[in-house]
Amino acid sequence: MGAQIREYRQRIRSVSATKKITRAMELMAASRVVKAQQAVRESTPYARALTRAVSAVATFSNEDHPLTSEKEDVRRAAVVILTSDRGLAGAYSSAVIKESERLIARLRDEGKEVVPYLLGRKVIGFYRFRRRDFAAEWSGFSEKPTFDVAREVGERLVADFTTATDNGGIDEVHVVFTRFVSMVTQEPEVIRLLPLEVVEGEEAPDEADLLPLYDFEPGAGQVLDALLPKYVNARLFNCMLQAAASELAARQRAMKSATDNAEELIKKYTRLHNQARQAEITQEISEIVGGATALAESK
Amino acid sequence: MALQVELVAADRKVWEGEASQVSARSIEGDLGVLPGHQPTLVVLTEGEVRINAGGWKSATVDGGFMSVDHDRVTIVAESVDASGMGS
Repeated sequence: MGAQIREYRQRIRSVSATKKITRAMELMAASRVVKAQQAVRESTPYARALTRAVSAVATFSNEDHPLTSEKEDVRRAAVVILTSDRGLAGAYSSAVIKESERLIARLRDEGKEVVPYLLGRKVIGFYRFRRRDFAAEWSGFSEKPTFDVAREVGERLVADFTTATDNGGIDEVHVVFTRFVSMVTQEPEVIRLLPLEVVEGEEAPDEADLLPLYDFEPGAGQVLDALLPKYVNARLFNCMLQAAASELAARQRAMKSATDNAEELIKKYTRLHNQARQAEITQEISEIVGGATALAESK
Repeated sequence: MALQVELVAADRKVWEGEASQVSARSIEGDLGVLPGHQPTLVVLTEGEVRINAGGWKSATVDGGFMSVDHDRVTIVAESVDASGMGS
């Protein structure tokens, strides 16, 4: 009997320790998600200025740029997959991986060769474990992406995109990431990064504020050359920031339910522990009473 | 009439305000912007951007571009060292 009580006590102790950890992780994720959301907001002025400039060039010149023109024969498609570095975030990483598998299956059906680019330890582990090939990997920043990483990834993608297909280049680039809709909703999403489509058009001009006829220095072509790679980086950076915010929100939720679960378990084990203790006491009493009666009868 | 200036880095807005003159280094040389400047989109090289907003402020950019239209100046760079911006 005593052994059972001891076992319950041990269980309660271990679950309490787990609860402390999950509670701490929940609070940490909660405070970081606010920062991550702020980072998303702070990157918008840059993205907006770039979009405006790119659409200005697109509107006022008929420049064709390799980054914006569709290739006729798409044979190799890159898939960039953004996951987290650490687990304990519920279905966050697996949802992204599942979405990417769907996309890869679709691209294969269209007769394209798929070239994966992996960001985040979780998806790298997924590919390593299955011994699948991939083109490149980056990791170690998923909670707090910096622009330098976005630039590195963006430059690699642009370089591969501008390489001829036969020399290992790629014809289009898709990105699978998690869009941060709100604290409770994050959705895995696929966007096509290259060839570029400028998302927001130049806003309709006010009557007093007619579209200016820009002077391009040194020339529209060179301006576009300088702008478009930056635009790619900015979009990638935005995806990474949204993914980071989503990861933290997912972790917060996962850790909250883990904490709730731990509380539930503690409650359950406390009940069982009390029951066992009571049973032991009851048994001891009945043993004493039984012993006393037996003694009284034997006299 | 003054210029509305915005200095933007990839991860934050560095500075915003009114200024009477802006100068930046483009690929083809230094370029000064005064109110009433023609709409322009200029590619910048690594160098200093100087903004006269009641006293000169300066920041170092790693390239990027500057757009000017209707006295609105937007300077965009991936990274901006704003240690010379004061407050």
